[in-house]
Amino acid sequence: MSEGTLYDKVWEEHTVSELPTGQTQLFCGLHLIHEVTSPQAFGMLQERDLEVAYPERTHATVDHIVPTSDQSRPFQDDAAEEMMSELEQNVRDAGINFSDPTSGDQGIVHVIGPEQGLTQPGMTIVCGDSHTSTHGAFGALAFGIGTSQIRDVLATQTVAMEKKKVRKIEVTGELGPGVEAKDVVLEIIRRLGTEGGVGYVYEYAGEAIENLDMEGRMSICNMSIEGGARAGYVNPDETTYEWLKQTDYFQENPEKFDELKPYWESIRSDADAEYDDVVTIDGSELEPVVTWGTTPGQGVGITEPIPAPEDLPEEKQDTARMSQEHMGVEPGETMEGYEIDVAFLGSCTNARMPDLRRAAEVVKGRQVADSVRAMVVPGSQRVKAAAEAEGLDEVFKEAGFEWREAGCSMCLGMNEDQLEGDEASASSSNRNFIGRQGSKDGKTVLMNPRMVAAAAVTGHVTDVRDLKEVTEA
Amino acid sequence: MTDEIPAIDSASGTGVPIRGNDIDTDQIIPARFMKVVTFDGLGEFAFFDKRYDEHDDPKDHPMNEPHFQEASIMVVNANFGCGSSREHAPQALMRWGIDAIIGESFAEIFAGNCLALGIPTVTADHDTIVELQDWVDENPGADIDVDVENETVTYDEKTVDVTVDDAQRKALTEGVWDTTALMKSNADAVQDTADSLPYVDG
Repeated sequence: MSEGTLYDKVWEEHTVSELPTGQTQLFCGLHLIHEVTSPQAFGMLQERDLEVAYPERTHATVDHIVPTSDQSRPFQDDAAEEMMSELEQNVRDAGINFSDPTSGDQGIVHVIGPEQGLTQPGMTIVCGDSHTSTHGAFGALAFGIGTSQIRDVLATQTVAMEKKKVRKIEVTGELGPGVEAKDVVLEIIRRLGTEGGVGYVYEYAGEAIENLDMEGRMSICNMSIEGGARAGYVNPDETTYEWLKQTDYFQENPEKFDELKPYWESIRSDADAEYDDVVTIDGSELEPVVTWGTTPGQGVGITEPIPAPEDLPEEKQDTARMSQEHMGVEPGETMEGYEIDVAFLGSCTNARMPDLRRAAEVVKGRQVADSVRAMVVPGSQRVKAAAEAEGLDEVFKEAGFEWREAGCSMCLGMNEDQLEGDEASASSSNRNFIGRQGSKDGKTVLMNPRMVAAAAVTGHVTDVRDLKEVTEA
Repeated sequence: MTDEIPAIDSASGTGVPIRGNDIDTDQIIPARFMKVVTFDGLGEFAFFDKRYDEHDDPKDHPMNEPHFQEASIMVVNANFGCGSSREHAPQALMRWGIDAIIGESFAEIFAGNCLALGIPTVTADHDTIVELQDWVDENPGADIDVDVENETVTYDEKTVDVTVDDAQRKALTEGVWDTTALMKSNADAVQDTADSLPYVDG
């Protein structure tokens, strides 16, 4: 068993009791809720005549079903309006803070938590969403839960959990030009498998991780779950602390920063910590990674050939055949040149300021290909406002992108932003499952934000490193 | 809450095989059916896009076969339930009629969600599962008994060993799989833990 890791320490700090099942009852420092997975939990509380135990430790927003075009009320979609109204009622009754669209603070739950300083190192963070692992970027222990567990958290501020093993994933070296955090995590999932992390928490470490900004670390931790690991984290460091200082919470409570810093330092993994497993990846060898299939583990370097199913481990072959048929790709070819109909720049993986800035650099001076419908969906209202202050919206709009309101949007197709028929998308999101983006015949190619921008302007999957400099006319 | 939580020592019934690795929760319940504020009625949408074409006409799928309509034991392959944390997935299966799932392996959040509903997720190796799936196809009307306590599955007059995660086995067989009341009873200890954390304001 692991010893002296951040996971061990944060687990210990938050242990309330050992349950008769052998599970640990774990205190949850922060509980985030949204409109899709929480209403049933509030319903269960009501059935059992229970109150929300610690309303001040839960924070709500609306992201999954919220329209990204016209957000005026009532929403045009009756079902979306009903879910929104239900959430409003629930948070009002329980006295829970709500970053709603009129606040200017609304956005994807995994974008707004960090930007408001709700997410802090050494916390336990839960949310009825598998991408809660995102918050691990701050050195928090953060994981997705189901609705019955949301009920538990609302009623008791605790969850029943079994302790997991810890795998350290050390990414050494310096990432090459055009290679981003997204490529690192797609490579990790490709190597370790979509189920390789089951039973583990991932600790991301090494020079390439330490050199990432917080947004890059969030992109990596975000996709831990795609590799089967319910949680992933990076030890907090000066990069983390500098980011935290700028957030609302520490702007409003500057004394808290000095007060909490010793705790943050204390929960870092010890230099001699013991891990259940260690994996090393040479970051300097990576290139932009794109997916060729229908699971996030089916990735390939942009210049590498798509693998033949028979060259994969036996248990992966059937899925690979089915995926290649669905995507219409051939083994031996590269993904470069794969035609796309939609470019989606958004999601809790890649819709923060640096993501939009990097994509805008690629887009500037270019035009979206005629055959492509391209959209930018900022991760939060604040990201949107900050991007507009820098003029990024103009860059995208001039190129022919739609510039939309904040939400989950086409990552999972619960609002009107969906693929149609057998459209193919270049997407900065996290899942390429069949049907994920709203059409069961739709095709999703996952990639980093600059690669999405490159695909948008060329109309096909493109190695962004090959795009020539745009020269001013 | 006054309702006693039932102990679940076993589950019995006819089977339905769902083949394939990495079957994600978007397949089990497509997101568009989650625009609801209760779980009621999700059963008919389980595996919807696998079961129906764009005109809502049935496709070839075990869950559309008349002889599997009464099935309560689902037999699946590896990494079943990966992806989204949506409890809508096991809720949909449960409401379709599933009481237990036997598979090669399960995604963690999915298995946890099943446990919270009292649905055992028991595992066995690839060959054992494939043999069972084939047998179910041949014998759709025959019973399978899942013994959670003793970690066995009995069918066709033979008994095979399966694995049930320790915590899951205890939770099911001791009737503590619904943890709300149990954890609520520790309210003082919860407050003590909260008080001990530097980031929680007193």
